[in-house]
Amino acid sequence: MLWLDCPRCGPRPLDEYVFGGERRTASSTIDDPFERDLDEVWIFDNPDGETTERWFHAFGCRRWLTVRRDTSIDRVLEVR
Amino acid sequence: MSEYTETLPPIRWADAPKAAYDVVIIGGGGHGLSTAYHLAARHGITSVAVLEADYIASGNTGRNTTIIRANYGIPEAIRFYQHSLELYQGLEDETGADILHQTKGIVWLAHTEMAMRTERARAAMNQACGAQTFMRTPEELKALIPQLDLTGGGRYPVLGGSHHVEGATARHDRVAWAYASGASRRGVDLFQHTVVTGIRRDGDRVTGVETSRGPIAAGAVLSAAGGRVTQVAAMAGVRLPVRTHPLHAFVTNDHAPGFPIILASTELACYVSQTERGQMLIGAEFDSQPSYSRQASFAALRSYSYKITRLLPFLASMRILRQWAGICDISVDFSPIMSATPVDGFYVTTGWGTWGFKAIPAGGEGMAALIATGRPPALIAPFTLERFRRDHVLADAGSAGTR
Repeated sequence: MLWLDCPRCGPRPLDEYVFGGERRTASSTIDDPFERDLDEVWIFDNPDGETTERWFHAFGCRRWLTVRRDTSIDRVLEVR
Repeated sequence: MSEYTETLPPIRWADAPKAAYDVVIIGGGGHGLSTAYHLAARHGITSVAVLEADYIASGNTGRNTTIIRANYGIPEAIRFYQHSLELYQGLEDETGADILHQTKGIVWLAHTEMAMRTERARAAMNQACGAQTFMRTPEELKALIPQLDLTGGGRYPVLGGSHHVEGATARHDRVAWAYASGASRRGVDLFQHTVVTGIRRDGDRVTGVETSRGPIAAGAVLSAAGGRVTQVAAMAGVRLPVRTHPLHAFVTNDHAPGFPIILASTELACYVSQTERGQMLIGAEFDSQPSYSRQASFAALRSYSYKITRLLPFLASMRILRQWAGICDISVDFSPIMSATPVDGFYVTTGWGTWGFKAIPAGGEGMAALIATGRPPALIAPFTLERFRRDHVLADAGSAGTR
């Protein structure tokens, strides 16, 4: 993955962006509040496949983007 | 036959898996094979199967830049890696295999006052914990590495550096073969192209694994998987503080021998050494975004080449011969996880990220002791999975050299 298609700036090289982390889903299914907090702080879903994550366009419009990406082939599916 | 292939250690390959083993190890990389070797050699546990989805050392064990060092930033890590470094020094005598081990020393450059303070602290901490690391002036560095440009291409001036004199390299696949040979000769069964598709549990107790070659019962199961550890642990119902990031490396064409040291810059996050064949072996930081793709990228090549030629201008006239990537299990605090898990009988050795090769002897030794006795030896006890629950994380990102 070399380029991200920013909705404001257009396609820009990845060097302009800062990775902001995955949006975790699995921890929300944990009932015990302590265990859920522990999971939120330390654990990663780390999926092999489709994932939703945040990217910061640091050297562009300086806004946060939501990106859907397939981690098994490192390909962007959608940028919002 | 060449001298190289003639000195390969013999490996006994098992025909078909038995119905049950005392210990099943998932992953035939350095850590899995080293654990199998130590279970058999130190604890007399020979009912062990190592299951490798591809061929042995096909993952990160065969893809790293083969650097062995102990210049870490926290006491727990320095003591552990120093022990591993010393085991490497005796590994050829212990296993009888030629692993092309060579003590060269490693230099970590500093380009700012901030980095100088970090390296001074590192040297002091290393000496206090038994690792040999000393500060060097730019003049001393130039004497150690005549090819070094002290102005850093006018962009990254060298203010000094720490010199870890026991830093070494070894041929990485030969390390895996040495342990595979030693383990298989003692009765451990090794299986290549055998994929684990499930982990069997009876309540909170692990009972075996499902594989592409049928089910295998086991008293204990160890995940020694690399980048795919999240998927392996999920089969047992265990969630891990690990993300999978690609790390790239490349080698140039052969260069006359004469680059005597391992050179690295933690600020630039790049490192270079010369292989036994004379190729210059170059690595840098891991990709910021997680991915399971081993696709080599031009962006990595461009960024690594730019950085390393600031420090070593002679590299600019060389050609790139090969480029590759591995997928690294990077733990959230940049320290490994060698531990039992909430599932009885299921163990993990993971979080080896971009720093696992140097730890193969001590990691395997520690995991074998943990599985054999049920208690972690003192050297690996701090690296338990429980540390996150107890808020005793071992944050040491600055010592990875890849970030």
